[in-house]
Amino acid sequence: MNAAAQSPILGLARAIRSGERSAEEVVRERLCRIDAAQARLGAFISFDPDRSLRLARQIDTERAKGGSLGPLAGVPLAVKDNIATPFGATTCGCRMLEKYRSPFAAHVVERLETAGAIIVGKTNLDEFAMGSTTENSAFFPTRNPWDATRVAGGSSGGSVAAVAARLVPGALGSDTGGSVRLPASFCGVVGLKPTYGRVSRYGLVAYGSSLDQIGPVATDVRDVAFLLGAISGHDPRDATSSAEPVPDYLSEIESGVAGLRVGVSQEYLGDGLDRQVRGAVLTAIDVLRGAGAEVVSVSLPNLRHAVACYYLIATAEASSNLARFDGVRYGRRAEGADDLLQLYERSRSLGLGAEVKRRIMLGTFALSSGYHDAYYLKALKVRTLIKSDFDDAFRQVDVIASPVAPTTAFPIGEKVDDPLAMYLGDIYTTSANLAGLCAISVPAGFDDRGLPIGLQLMGPPFGEPRLLAAAFAHQRTTDFHRQAPPETPGD
Amino acid sequence: MTVVVDMPLVRHVARLARIELTEDEVVRYAHQLGRVLEYMEQLGAVDTSNVEPTAHPTLDRNVLRDDAESAGLSTDAALSNAPFRQDDQFRVPKVLNQETA
Repeated sequence: MNAAAQSPILGLARAIRSGERSAEEVVRERLCRIDAAQARLGAFISFDPDRSLRLARQIDTERAKGGSLGPLAGVPLAVKDNIATPFGATTCGCRMLEKYRSPFAAHVVERLETAGAIIVGKTNLDEFAMGSTTENSAFFPTRNPWDATRVAGGSSGGSVAAVAARLVPGALGSDTGGSVRLPASFCGVVGLKPTYGRVSRYGLVAYGSSLDQIGPVATDVRDVAFLLGAISGHDPRDATSSAEPVPDYLSEIESGVAGLRVGVSQEYLGDGLDRQVRGAVLTAIDVLRGAGAEVVSVSLPNLRHAVACYYLIATAEASSNLARFDGVRYGRRAEGADDLLQLYERSRSLGLGAEVKRRIMLGTFALSSGYHDAYYLKALKVRTLIKSDFDDAFRQVDVIASPVAPTTAFPIGEKVDDPLAMYLGDIYTTSANLAGLCAISVPAGFDDRGLPIGLQLMGPPFGEPRLLAAAFAHQRTTDFHRQAPPETPGD
Repeated sequence: MTVVVDMPLVRHVARLARIELTEDEVVRYAHQLGRVLEYMEQLGAVDTSNVEPTAHPTLDRNVLRDDAESAGLSTDAALSNAPFRQDDQFRVPKVLNQETA
């Protein structure tokens, strides 16, 4: 059977290209779903029906004329609201940028639009991507489609919830410490963080510049692979983007896992991991073993320091990156300031949320005179140790398997008053960002409340082809990815 | 490496970060940042003698472009979100007053 006919994005693209479905009808249908779900889920910050339908009609007209269509022509997608679009607002989930209209398009937006995709809306996020639940959005939280009393995860909660609720077949999020993978795990969809430098960050509002990557979200590994191919590649406007050639991520995806060495580290399966999550992850590893993979024990002794290391480096970088939000050139400006310093202080205090302020201050502290060496510099050295643990491990294995999160989705409000508890939830995801690895979360089961559990697979830098093959091998043997939350329409 | 996160330290850091805090916020952040930094203490026990720092996961190098003119944002585009525009400039209050000079 033709694999391309089976995954939602590839299937939709084919149906539109062949004329079986009109882009206008597809987009209209999805806009209806988005509208119907918005009050319940809060996945979107903005969406533009007029623009989306106009673009859809253009594609239908082009098709009718026999014109050439891009590989994603007519496919409706969503993009996280920290990614600059030259239409609508780019708010970063923040009051300060509530009315900010970007004068330029992010590289990934240009790539998707050139491929013919229709970006129907901008999705909700924790403010400036700082958070693990999308409760830190200045506007409203995004709710988990599986249980609307629970968090969707974050910071890319809006993009992930939109895909999980089948509002759009694919979306882009960003991942600095787990922000694509963690919500994907909580909402039962596939989310990938590419290798650092794989995807251009031009137009992604920077949080942690040495950690950030834009990543695709979809319900099927093949669609994630397809989106990855559509957005990857060198961009001279991002000095950290890699010139590494972009393979066809679909061509090897069915190669299976015979002989693939899957690493498992005890440091990932220790205390604090929910019993049911552990069970699902171990079962998933067995699935890979059954498909021909060899499971190998590896040691990552510095993993236990990943959260501390991450929260010093990311916040230090953030304190620098967010210095630009001062009310001078864009964003909300406070009234009545007598001098420039007051302007900065008042605009920032009024416009930035509590978690953003907390992280800016933590980062400022870590970089400040008298503390820089013991905190920021120390964290950079520990980062070297973490990275070298992975370099060693990847000499023995091809991918590393682990949980994505220590729990399934918890109730909204449960951790908002305890920042440290919130940070500790990132324990399995931050190391991939610190070491620049590629990593993916795939649906791996449900707990006894029916809440999704994700399996994380990590690969060495530019190891996406084998990573995707391993992820697809798991998907092919299970059907978790086909299960949709209650009250959602089919694909 | 143990640091006491007291209110003077929080006020100092807030001033560096150009953020104005209410007294309530100073108290709350002192407590929250204190707990987070206490957790960070564990890094002090890691042996990093002879370890080079990694600021960036890829090989460090300076990526330069040719020193050739290329198009940028137009002036209007660059000013399009200005809270207060005057001619082709961003208008701001005076830079210093007596006390902060």
